Parts: sequence; C-alpha cells; structure tokens
Amino acid sequence: MGNVLAFRNLTLGYDRHPAVHHLDGDVAEGDLLAICGPNGAGKSTLLKGIAGVLTPLTGRIEGHVPAREIAYLPQAAEVDRSFPIDVYDLVSMGLWRRAGLFGGINRADRARIEHALAAVGLEGFEARPIGTLSGGQMQRALFARLLLQDARLLLLDEPFTALDAGTITDLTALVKRWNGEGRTVIAVLHDFELVRGLFPRTLLLAREAVAWGATGEVLTSHNLAEARRMCEAWDEDAPACGPVSGRAA
Amino acid sequence: MYDLLIAPFAEFDFMRRALVGVLALGVGAGPIGVLMMLRRMSLAGDAMAHAILPGAAVGFLAAGLNLFAMTVGGLVAGFAVALGAGAVARATQMKEDAALAAFYLISLALGVLLVSLRGSNVDLLHVLFGTVLALDDATLLLIVSISSLTLVALALAWRPLVLESVDPGFLRSVSRAGAPTHLIFLALVVMNLVGGFHALGTLLAVGLMMLPAAAGRFWTRELTTLVGVSVLIACSSGVLGLLVSYHSGVPSGPAIILVAGGAYALSVLFGPVGGLLPRFLPQRHLEA
Repeated sequence: MGNVLAFRNLTLGYDRHPAVHHLDGDVAEGDLLAICGPNGAGKSTLLKGIAGVLTPLTGRIEGHVPAREIAYLPQAAEVDRSFPIDVYDLVSMGLWRRAGLFGGINRADRARIEHALAAVGLEGFEARPIGTLSGGQMQRALFARLLLQDARLLLLDEPFTALDAGTITDLTALVKRWNGEGRTVIAVLHDFELVRGLFPRTLLLAREAVAWGATGEVLTSHNLAEARRMCEAWDEDAPACGPVSGRAA
Repeated sequence: MYDLLIAPFAEFDFMRRALVGVLALGVGAGPIGVLMMLRRMSLAGDAMAHAILPGAAVGFLAAGLNLFAMTVGGLVAGFAVALGAGAVARATQMKEDAALAAFYLISLALGVLLVSLRGSNVDLLHVLFGTVLALDDATLLLIVSISSLTLVALALAWRPLVLESVDPGFLRSVSRAGAPTHLIFLALVVMNLVGGFHALGTLLAVGLMMLPAAAGRFWTRELTTLVGVSVLIACSSGVLGLLVSYHSGVPSGPAIILVAGGAYALSVLFGPVGGLLPRFLPQRHLEA
C-alpha cells in the first residue's frame, strides 16, 4: 500500500520557534500510528500541521489524501457546550462532506446518524442538549461525529484523556474497527500501556523524531529518557536555524 | 379594548407606518440577535452601533435629513469597522472584541471630529434617537427590504453560521466557509442596525436585537424555538411600545425598547430555563 502522508524536512512552530523540527518520514495507508512524547514535544502541533490548521515554517507535508478525507479531533474540541443544540444535531455535523452548505439529510443519512449514535452507546440521547452531557458522553458524541465523517485519515489528539475505563474500551474498539476498515489512524497518546496494546507503530517525538517504528522497539526506557532530555524549554533568544545541509554535516 | 389596541392604528396613517416598520425590524432583528448572543457578540452590536453613528451623522451633515445620504454613511462606516475588525481578528492573534473596540473608537472619534467641524447639530438628536412615528415610504421600503434580505441570507447561511458558533474548529477542519460566513453575518448586523436607526436611532436599534434574544434564552433550550420566541418578543415589544407611546405621549423609540426590557425582566424572573423563580421554588429532585 502507498503512503497517505510524507513529512519532508518538516518544521512547524509558532512565532518562528520550532515545535516540530526537521521531521522526515512516511505514514503508510492503513497505519495505526501512535504519537508519544513529553509535554511540549510538538505532538499536537504535528497533528495541526497534518490537518492543515497550521502552515509549515519550512519543509512540507505531502498529503496523498484530499483534505476532505481527513477527520481531525483536536485535544480540546472547541465545542460551545452552552449552545442550544441537541446531540443529534451535533453528531449530524459529521455529514458535512455529504450534505455541505445546503444539502438535505435523507432517510439513509438518518439511519447513518442513528447507527453512529448506537455505535458509541448514545442511543436515547438524541434530544439531549449538549450542555447536559458528561465529559465521557461528549467524547462519545464527538466519536459518533467522526464515524459519520467517513474519512480515510483520522487524527485524534489525546482522545482518551480524562475518560473512565468503560468509555476508553468502547472508543478504542471504534479505533480498531476504523483501522480494520483500512483507514489510517494517527493518535496522540500518553498511556504507554494503551499504545502497546493497540498501536502497532509509534512515533516518539521530542520536537525531532527520537524514534519511529514498531511500538515495542520505540518505547524503550532509553528512548523515553532521550526524549525527555531533548525536550528542553523554548529559548527566547534562539539563533536562526541554519540550512539543513550544514546541519546534517 | 378597541380604543386601546386597535384604534390608534386604524385612525392614524403614521401609526400604521410605524407598525409596519417595527414588525419588519422585529422579524429581522430577532434571529440576528439570537446569533449575536450565541456567538458571544452581545456587546459587539453596541460597538457596531457606535461605529455607524458617525457615518450617519456625516451623511446628515452633508445632505441634511436625507435617507440616502444617512443610510450610505451608516453602511460605509459600519462595514468599514466590521470588515476591518473581522480582518484584523482573523489575520492576527488579536481577538475580535479587542479589534472591534479599537475600530469603533477610531470611527467614533472621527465622527465626532467631523461633526464638530461643521458645528450644526440641532437636528442631530433626531438622528441619534430615531423617528419611528415619521417613517416615509422610502424609509419603510428600506427597512422592509433589509428585513427580507436578512431572512433570505440567514436561510442560506444558517448551517455554517450555527456550526461556526457551536464548534468553529470543526468547521475549519471540514470547510473554508467559516470566514465568509462570519463576514456575511457582520454585514447583516450592520444592515439591520442601519435599518433600525431610522426608526429607533443608532443606539437603541441594538435593543430590539439583544433584549428579545436575551429574554428568549430563559424560555427554551432549542435553537429554532429560541429564534421564534425572539421574533415574537421583538414584534410584540414594537407593537406594545407604540401603543404605550401613543397613549402616554412618551417618545416611541425608548418606549419600544423599554417594553422589550420589561419582557427581559419578566423572563429573568419567571423563565422556566434557568429563571430566578423556578430556581428558588422548592422542588424535589428527580430520581434519575
């Protein structure tokens, strides 16, 4: 299978300060890839770059899936929980790609929405205002929306943080199912046990790639210590980064 | 009863015109106000009204009490501020409320400067506080056109507007419709304020948007119903305000907004969704 993504000397950052520095690598179609690393390692930044929310400072991301085939669940979804809208309408937003600005929602779409709600265990919650959902129920609803987006590449930023074991079990089952359907899933995670159990491949990031490959070979104590060491603080007076050729020499 | 409610409109042409004017304003202002409130732009309307005021005043100074000049002046000033603030907010790290504050203050200062240079501000109060009892055909047509255009535009842009309010990050990830939708919305706000200022004055025009929306929030948790309730409150405030103004001889613009304010106060007290009284009534909690 081909690649869905290729990073070529990719540097992403804010105010010229790199958060992801000179990253190279490929993500194969159908990969189930975990991105691990300390806080501030650039994990979320990398997902933002892939999602197209952030423009690279240098280098590029070669995407072999059209932008509309990418579904992105940010770390703190910006959902306004006080907005007077119910679970059904929130989840049905996932049909945007099909329905767009003006398209109607037909009977098949309704069946899809009901199916997605059932898949995340939210049957009977259709008419509940989103403000009344618990944190776990909200995440289930957002997963139902992802389900409807029917994307080839899914980007999940810490999707299981602050969730109870039951919810994590249900949602990881969905991730497995997506991957089984041939979709590529890239998830930022901190729970190494979960990563080892579910994700065959891992990228350990500390601004630069510490290791990228089979999870068992990446998540070694040596690599993890290296990642912590490399992830030093942002330097206000950092000099401009030289040309890559000079750096590699 | 007939004398109280129907006769003023049946007997006087100017009251019938005012009635048409406030009903049209209410229909447009209701949904706009709801969206402004839900997008946390409740005070942005006020800022925009301040931005429009100098434009209208300049139009007034240039051409007198001329509908066209004042409308164009208001629209130009309003659009300049709305688009400028919107563009700065989207292109830089500055939040929209701060950008809006900066732009409207510049516009306001510029307006005051221009007005003071000309030195004639006799009828200016007239402009600032509106003349709902003296709407001529052209002004009525303008107000009704703005309301109609607002409803059509909202119908077309409703989905991205709601989506951007609920989850802007998601809309950004699936579509580029966010920024144009927001600009269309700002344009609609400006147009409705310009329509409103002919009847209620630039400052009070915001009242017919925000008060019904804020009141409606105490009655429903559902968006479509909220829009309906807001339109209902806006229109009935208009009608009741005109009647109060007619029977007691107080100025009609403030009367209309005060009636809407009364509706808001009642909603805060008695509204079933988070109102004060239902909250303090001794009610046993539910089983699940």
